[in-house]
Amino acid sequence: MANSKGRVLVAMSGGVDSSVTAYLLQSQGYECIGATMKLYNNEDVNATGHTCCSLDDVEDARDVAFRLGIPHYVFDYSAEFEDEVMRPFVEEYEAGHTPNPCIECNRRMKFSRLLKRAEELGCDYIATGHYARIQQQGGRWTMLRGLDPKKDQSYVLYSMTQDQLAHTLLPLGGMEKTHVREIAEAQGFVNAQKHDSQDICFVPDGDYLGFLERYRGCAYKPGDIVDEQGKVLGQHKGAVAYTIGQRKGLCIGGAPEPYFVTGKNMAENKVIVGPRAALQSQGCEAVNWNWIAEPLSPGEALRVHVKAHYRQAPIPAELSVHEDGTVRATYLEPRQAAAPGQALVAYVGDSVVGGGTIARAF
Amino acid sequence: MIYLDNAATTAMHANIFEQMKPYYLETYGNPGSIHAAGRGALHAVMDARATVAKRLGCMPRQVTFTSGGTEADNQAIATAAHFGQRIGRMRMVASSIEHPAVLRALEAWKARGFEITLVDPDETGVVQASSIHDALDDDVCLVSVMAANNETGAVQSIEEIAAAAHSAGALFHTDAVQAAGHIPLNCEAAGVDLLSISAHKFHGPKGVGALVCRTREGAEPIIFGGGQERGRRSGTENVPGIVGLAAALEEACANMDGDARRVGELRDTLELRLASIDGAMIIAKNAPRVPGISNVCFDGLDHQAVVPLLDARGICASAGSACSAGAVQVSHVLRGMGVPDGLAKGSIRFSLSVDTTQEDVDAAAVAMQEIAASLKR
Repeated sequence: MANSKGRVLVAMSGGVDSSVTAYLLQSQGYECIGATMKLYNNEDVNATGHTCCSLDDVEDARDVAFRLGIPHYVFDYSAEFEDEVMRPFVEEYEAGHTPNPCIECNRRMKFSRLLKRAEELGCDYIATGHYARIQQQGGRWTMLRGLDPKKDQSYVLYSMTQDQLAHTLLPLGGMEKTHVREIAEAQGFVNAQKHDSQDICFVPDGDYLGFLERYRGCAYKPGDIVDEQGKVLGQHKGAVAYTIGQRKGLCIGGAPEPYFVTGKNMAENKVIVGPRAALQSQGCEAVNWNWIAEPLSPGEALRVHVKAHYRQAPIPAELSVHEDGTVRATYLEPRQAAAPGQALVAYVGDSVVGGGTIARAF
Repeated sequence: MIYLDNAATTAMHANIFEQMKPYYLETYGNPGSIHAAGRGALHAVMDARATVAKRLGCMPRQVTFTSGGTEADNQAIATAAHFGQRIGRMRMVASSIEHPAVLRALEAWKARGFEITLVDPDETGVVQASSIHDALDDDVCLVSVMAANNETGAVQSIEEIAAAAHSAGALFHTDAVQAAGHIPLNCEAAGVDLLSISAHKFHGPKGVGALVCRTREGAEPIIFGGGQERGRRSGTENVPGIVGLAAALEEACANMDGDARRVGELRDTLELRLASIDGAMIIAKNAPRVPGISNVCFDGLDHQAVVPLLDARGICASAGSACSAGAVQVSHVLRGMGVPDGLAKGSIRFSLSVDTTQEDVDAAAVAMQEIAASLKR
């Protein structure tokens, strides 16, 4: 294409966002190729509803690609997804953590494997339907929150490297979801009114314990719910099913104030609970940190806002880095403790400073 | 566009389409009707059945027209399953390199109490009659081995395998979807009890196939209704399709010798040029093959990148059989032959037809050389 602004491999899940992504880039003059990643077999995850890998979704992606007159291919990454996302997800849970597999999928599937595939196919960029903005400022690629505050997805993209940012287009970053749906509607896309995906794609019903047990083919052992002193207060249905800060589902009666999960002892199969005050935390430490902004040096400190899980309102904190690369966020006021395994992402204003995996709260 | 995916489907030849057209536009009657319009259609179906029977070495009443190769395979296996149930034989033996139309149908009967044994081919892609023989006992009701494999083109020794099946008292079915019209087939001479074909693999129309069934009881119906096809396949006959199938089979068989030589030479030229690419390995090179199919594995390449890159250059080729989601998994055929998964990942199938030209082959070889160079960079 003589006037093309470049060739783009568009990751098309079959959802409305990635469909409109392809449409927008094509209207902007990019030459688009659609790609759907097959990440697992639906039978394997017992997914009966909508997920990103069902036949319906592949057909929706294909339908949109056909309307746009662009080629569409399905690439099978199920073996890699199993090894690098799904099994580690299970193992992290079993280690007592609360992992975020979407972040690993972005890191290991979309922005590594699919980007490599894009290069192989002679594409200049990949594009996704994430709500976040990539901008070049000075010599550095930066990431900003998506303009639609309800949809901002910069949190799950913190792992992107400078090279990945330079080769990624996120055309929805400056848009409102309602407008995206209007575009899909106007274009007559089959998925214009398709529901937003809420949960992890391979646990579409949100039943993590059920997924873990199906994956392992056996039930987890019930065990004791204990207080900080070790007094048995009740029974849990498998320690993997509980996460730090959880209040619901503990079934402990007769207490003067509600109990919260404050910790887990996986070796002894115990869930530890305490009053809300026991959850108070001064901050947390994260490892495997990726800097999107200019990295801090040890000894420096930066006033930031952090998020310790996807839906959390940003918390004011001070960010610093150890010699070993561990990043420490000290909250300006005590907060509920963060869950190990979740991502810690730091922002200055709308810009992502960086992110990592929470190793511990303090 | 350069079309080298003829094992997936072929272009329908214009003269075949011309022969079908009157049965859409003029003689459009229902063969089941007793008036003149119906009679015209009925005679066309009778003619077609006689042509197919002659070309496949069976009697006309042994031919049942179906919606395609998949239905014919399913019906063949159902026929054998009923035979097995009647005489108390509850095991079926097939090669591991069968088309999913056979493998999945066998699985469906497994769920209904049959034991299924799959036999691997040797490293050349050929299923040895002795390996089949070793898997047989007096509980086996069916042996099913394809006449030619769809991924490698390897021609199977159906005559020897049929003899082995019969000596064990079992029926023999062959999925001849990739063989019919490309290599000689004679059910009676080869001892084939059940044989499936599909018209669109030899320049006929899509949506029509045939099952030959030479058992005394005949083919067991799997679709019930008005009792067409002697009760073996209900539903109003696809008259234009049936006419097209017979015309295309007749043409392919009449020109088979010359076409096979020419297509085979083009295939050999293509393979000679592809073999010069570093890491290329021709699959089933030492097996007898149908003339049009070439499967080449390129070590270090991924077919998931190669096929779109060929596509971008206007060349239609494929990897193994496409699954319904469009993603292609590592081929069960190559796995059965013992090709390592890493090598099988770089497997590309080029399939030629009588329409393929020297220029097509040259362009494909050049494109493949460029693609290999770009991906290995």
